Amino acid sequence: MAVEILEAGLSSTIQDLGRPHYYNVGIPPSGAADQFSAISANLLVGNPKEAAVIESPYMGPKIRFTQATVVAVTGATMPTTLNEQPVPQWESFAVAAGDELAFGFLSSGARVYIAVAGGFDVPSVLGSRSTYVLGGFGGFEGRTLRQGDVIATGATASGTVGRVVPERLRPIMSRNVELRVVLGPYDYRLAPAGLACLLDTEWKLTPVADRTGFRYSGPALEWVEREQPFGAGSDLSNIVDTGYPIGSIQAPGGGDPIILHRDAVSGGGYAMVATVISADMGVVAQSSPGARTRFRAVSFDEALEARGAARQVRAELRRSMD
Amino acid sequence: MTARTESRYSWGGDEHLDVQISEAMTLEANFTAMAMSNALSQMSIPGVIDICPANASLLLRFDPDVVDPRRLEVTVRQIEKEVRAAPSHSLKTRIFEVPVWYGDPITEGTGARFREGHQRPEGTDLEFAALENGLDSVQAFIDMHSSSPWITSMVGFVSGLPFMFQLVERDRQLEVPKYLRPRTDTPALTVGHGGCFACIYSVRGAGGYQMFGITPVPIFDPAQRLPDFADFMVFFKPGDIVKFRPIDEAEYGRIRGEVDAGTYRYRQAPVEFVLEDFLVDPVAYNTKISEALDGC
Repeated sequence: MAVEILEAGLSSTIQDLGRPHYYNVGIPPSGAADQFSAISANLLVGNPKEAAVIESPYMGPKIRFTQATVVAVTGATMPTTLNEQPVPQWESFAVAAGDELAFGFLSSGARVYIAVAGGFDVPSVLGSRSTYVLGGFGGFEGRTLRQGDVIATGATASGTVGRVVPERLRPIMSRNVELRVVLGPYDYRLAPAGLACLLDTEWKLTPVADRTGFRYSGPALEWVEREQPFGAGSDLSNIVDTGYPIGSIQAPGGGDPIILHRDAVSGGGYAMVATVISADMGVVAQSSPGARTRFRAVSFDEALEARGAARQVRAELRRSMD
Repeated sequence: MTARTESRYSWGGDEHLDVQISEAMTLEANFTAMAMSNALSQMSIPGVIDICPANASLLLRFDPDVVDPRRLEVTVRQIEKEVRAAPSHSLKTRIFEVPVWYGDPITEGTGARFREGHQRPEGTDLEFAALENGLDSVQAFIDMHSSSPWITSMVGFVSGLPFMFQLVERDRQLEVPKYLRPRTDTPALTVGHGGCFACIYSVRGAGGYQMFGITPVPIFDPAQRLPDFADFMVFFKPGDIVKFRPIDEAEYGRIRGEVDAGTYRYRQAPVEFVLEDFLVDPVAYNTKISEALDGC
C-alpha cells in the first residue's frame, strides 16, 4: 500500500511526534508542529499516536491511494474532497484504490494533517520518522514532498471508519491569538519599557512563519544599556551564544520578535526574553501570516497547570475513540 | 558589573531550565558547563530529555510530567556546587586536526556577493579580520588562527556545527564582529568567525560569521558514509580540541578525493585537558597537547 503525491502543496513534510535527545548537537526535536492535530488524525484511523503523518502548511497536497484504506484529516480548516466529493475533517473515512484526496482554500488555521491507517512507512532516523529539512534527513528522503513521490504506508489489519473528534475537543483557530509566555530566560535584558512593550503590543505575524520560527512585526523593544560582555557581540540584544529553548522568543536587533518552533536552530547569540508555554505551541503552529498576536505573561506554575489541562484534553480524546 | 559567583537559573517555558554561568565568555565558565553536563548525563535522570552545554551556560530540556522541575533545579544547583568546589578541572577528550584552505575562492566568491552592507565592502573577510586585530597581513592572521588549538565550547545552531574558543589568553583572542546583515547563503564547511568564536558551517545556509576559508573534511554526514561517522552522523562533541592546519588548493583537492572515495580518516588522538595546568602556562601546555597528534 502506498500513496502517490499528485500535487505537493507548499512545503509538505512527513512528521511524527519528534526526535528528542539530540538537541545538544544541534538536531532539533522536529515532529508535528501542532501535536494535538497529528495525534487526533492518528487515533481517528486507529494508529498509535506517534505514527507518521503528512503536515502541509497553507495549502493541502493532492494525493492518490494505491489501495483501499482509512484516512483522516485534521488541523487547519480546509475544504477536503475525495474524488471531488466533500469529506469531513476530524473524522475517519474509507478510501478505495485510485481515490484522490484534494483540498480547497484555507479558511482558518495554517497546517493540515493527513493520517493513513498504518502510518507513513519512511525509515526511522535517530528514533524518529520526522523530516528535518535543514539537516537533510528523516521523513521522505530528508526533504519536503514533491509531485511524483510515492510513499509506502505501514501494514495494518484495518483502519476504523467513522470515528469523530468531538467538536468541543477541537482546537479553536482564530486570527486573534493570545499566547501565554513565561518570562525569561533573558527578560532582565529588557528595560521596563521594553518589557511593557512586549506584553502590551498587538504583534502581527509576518510571512516569515515556518517550522523553524515565526516572526512578528511591531515596535522596537528597549534594552537595558550595558557594556557588552566579552564574546557577546556588539548589539544590546546579543548574548554569548547559548542554547535556545523551543518556543523561546528573541528579537534580533531589538525588533520583530521571533518564536522558535520545532525545527529551530538550537542555539545562537540573541537574548530570549520570554518562552511560549508548551500548551500553546500548537496555537503558534496554526497561526497564519497577518494573525494579530498578544503575549500574556503567566507564572511557571500557571504554565504547568495549562500543560495539565492540555493533557486532560488528550486523555478525553483517547476516551472518545474507545 | 562584578563577576557572578553563582549562576542565574531561569525557566524557559515549562520544559526548559537555563543555567547562565557567566555573561562573558571564559574558559572557566565553559568548563563549568561541560562538567555539570557530564555529571548530569551520568545520573540519567528520568524525564530529562536533553542536556545542552553551551559556551558559558547550560540548557536542560525536561518533561515536567515525569520529573518535578523544582526538584530537578535543586539537583542541578547541587551539581553546580560540587563542580565549583572541585580542586581541579580536567576533561578527558581528544585532539584532532582540521585542514583549512584559507582564502579559498569558494567562500571568497560568496563573500563578494554579500559585500554591500559589509563593515568593509572593499576586500575580503580575511583582510577585514587582520585589520580588526591590528595585524599587518592576512598571513599573520592565518598564523594566529592556526598556531594555537581551539576547544569546542558548544555544538549547535544547526546539525553538528561546532563553536570553538581559542586556547590563548584573553589579550591574544582574535575578535571579529559578525556581518552587519546576515547572509542568506554560506557554503557548507566554511570556517567562520564571529565575536571570539570560530565555527564550521555543517550545512549550506544562512550565516552571519565572517568567512576565512573552507575545509575539505565533512563534519556532518547523515548518510554515515565515512568511517569516522560509523557511530553517529555528527563528528564534533563539546570539549573536542581542534587544531587548524593551513592547506593549499592541491591538498584540498587530494583530501576531497579521499572523502569522495570514502577512505578519509581524521588525524586524532586522545588527550586529557587540565584547566589549571593550562592556565599556568598556556603556550607550553598547548605545545604539549598538540604533540599528541605527532605520529598519528
